[in-house]
Amino acid sequence: MLEKALVGTKRYYGLLAILAGLFALGFLFYLKQLNVGLGITGMGRDVSWGLYISQFTYLVGVAASAVMVVLPYYLHNYKAFGRVTILGEFLAVAAVSMCVTFVLVDMGRPDRVFNVFKYPTPGSVMFWDIIVLNGYLVLNILIGWNVLECERHSIAPPKWVKFLSYVSIPWAVSIHTVTAFLYAGLPGRGYWLTAILAPRFLSSAFAAGPALLILLCLLVRKYSKFDPGKEQIQTLAKIVTYATLINVFFFFCEVFTVFYSQLPDHMAHFQYLFVGLDGKGQLVPLMWFSIVGMTLAALFLVNPKLRKNESTLAALCGLVIITTWLDKGLGLMTGGFVPNPMEQVVEYWPTMPEAIISLGVWAMGFLILTILYKIAVSIKEEIKS
Amino acid sequence: MGMDRREFIRIAGLSTLLGLGGKGAFELLAPGRVEAEIIPAPRSMKAKRWALVINQKKLDDATAQKCAAACHRVHNVPDFINPPDDKLKLNPGVANRYEIKWLWTAHFHNAFPGDAPPHLAEKVEHMSFLVLCNHCANPPCVRVCPTKATFQREDGIVMMDMHRCIGCRFCMAGCPYGSRSFNWMDPRPYVKEQYPGYPTREIGVVEKCTFCDERLAQGLQPACVEASRGAMVFGDLEDEKSQVREYLRKYFTIRRKAHLGTNPQVYYIV
Repeated sequence: MLEKALVGTKRYYGLLAILAGLFALGFLFYLKQLNVGLGITGMGRDVSWGLYISQFTYLVGVAASAVMVVLPYYLHNYKAFGRVTILGEFLAVAAVSMCVTFVLVDMGRPDRVFNVFKYPTPGSVMFWDIIVLNGYLVLNILIGWNVLECERHSIAPPKWVKFLSYVSIPWAVSIHTVTAFLYAGLPGRGYWLTAILAPRFLSSAFAAGPALLILLCLLVRKYSKFDPGKEQIQTLAKIVTYATLINVFFFFCEVFTVFYSQLPDHMAHFQYLFVGLDGKGQLVPLMWFSIVGMTLAALFLVNPKLRKNESTLAALCGLVIITTWLDKGLGLMTGGFVPNPMEQVVEYWPTMPEAIISLGVWAMGFLILTILYKIAVSIKEEIKS
Repeated sequence: MGMDRREFIRIAGLSTLLGLGGKGAFELLAPGRVEAEIIPAPRSMKAKRWALVINQKKLDDATAQKCAAACHRVHNVPDFINPPDDKLKLNPGVANRYEIKWLWTAHFHNAFPGDAPPHLAEKVEHMSFLVLCNHCANPPCVRVCPTKATFQREDGIVMMDMHRCIGCRFCMAGCPYGSRSFNWMDPRPYVKEQYPGYPTREIGVVEKCTFCDERLAQGLQPACVEASRGAMVFGDLEDEKSQVREYLRKYFTIRRKAHLGTNPQVYYIV
């Protein structure tokens, strides 16, 4: 099937070239980071995780959201999703690849990465995260590739693939739960020390992931002869709607507990993010945009007229992606580290090299995604004709 | 390639045999001596659980600074704020981000956040509290480390293996005291005077106070304790007759964020 990735239109090659170029640029800056140290980023002794780890966290969510197309298809026999499961699974492959790369890029000593396996430490959540992420990557490659291959030859997929599909459902939930547990069990970090962190991670994932999938479906329909289907997009839209609503609800659950209890260690982080602390608050406008935008997106999505119109749906999906990204891809990390354990406010903003390296990783992910989608779409076109 | 399968197996087999022969030879010549042996030096200081009492009443600001300086000197801790060479000068924001701190001073409301009453005694308000790794009996940093690069010794010291550390900084997120530092930049140019008794570090690893394990092994008190002119007492918490226990019996002490359940082993007399 790989041969399908090698032939394409000029537009396809152009897109690959742009993504490869961005990836190469990011790689050059990464070489500099390897040489000079992580000091070329905006991180420091107070905010010791930044854009890299937050992108990792956000993308684990995108990867986990594949379960939203796999589950209805395999567990509820919702046939319509048969057309889009492959798009969900290949999105997961691209997203997990980015996750793993972001973790690697964030490491001070990437040359020692295998120490994690050489000295396995089951007490560390990081150990489990590496296992579930790589497992999920393998699962989705195996399932996606085999199902597509069988579809191409119009035969039913073998039993073991179906078995793996069932395994992938709880596995998807596990990757984002374990990722939340990285944060939710640290005694001194009030912003993360909450049982609702994993549920919040999952709800924002099931909002942002399918929203991205809708946009990708619309793109696929526009630029290829394969139509993922109106019904499929509408079902995804309902998933986005309820996941966004639940995500907003979970946020207010957290806000209630923090502010009604008045526990200073928990309030300080919210105060920094939403009103500023000690006169510092560079994230305040972004955080308000995030929560207000997310709430409005959820309310608009409930309206069937706006949801059924694919142009407004696309715009609202875009809003969901941006607002959940601000919440999880920016606020989550900085908010957790500010104020620091000594109650000082040291702010964080990514540097240019850090942003370019992150962009490079995203470009790598979208390069993988473009190639995988090209293969999937070509096969689907082939079957149709 | 000019090697067929047969020859490959032959060469691979032979080299395996030779490899085994290497270890076998050692076993013959010096039985049982192949693995590394650790024999504690006879004068090394031992304890069931090391603990530190800081008597803030006896610690003036100048002495506190001296303790920190002594620690940073014998551990080759770089100084990004006041580099040895003007050419290395960084802008203050960047220098603060890179800073490596093993032992440093802080005000009461930073060292003990949430514990300060509205009208704190003036003397305490201006006091310089020495803060460092608390060598928690229940350390979150050890719990989260994915490679056991940070681990707890039997005598309670929370150690740091800078040769194993992968630089993931999970321990920095886990530590509720901000006691861990990461080498964001090559620290060596920022070390004022290299102290030969302790290794310098490379970029990309985490470091912190280790209660001067290298000095304890030589029978010496931690460097800060030595420089403190009696304001710090170091000893065995499990030994009833130790000076640490004597102080804990005699004075009321507090610990940093004890409510988190980390069971810190640095005690403060205020």
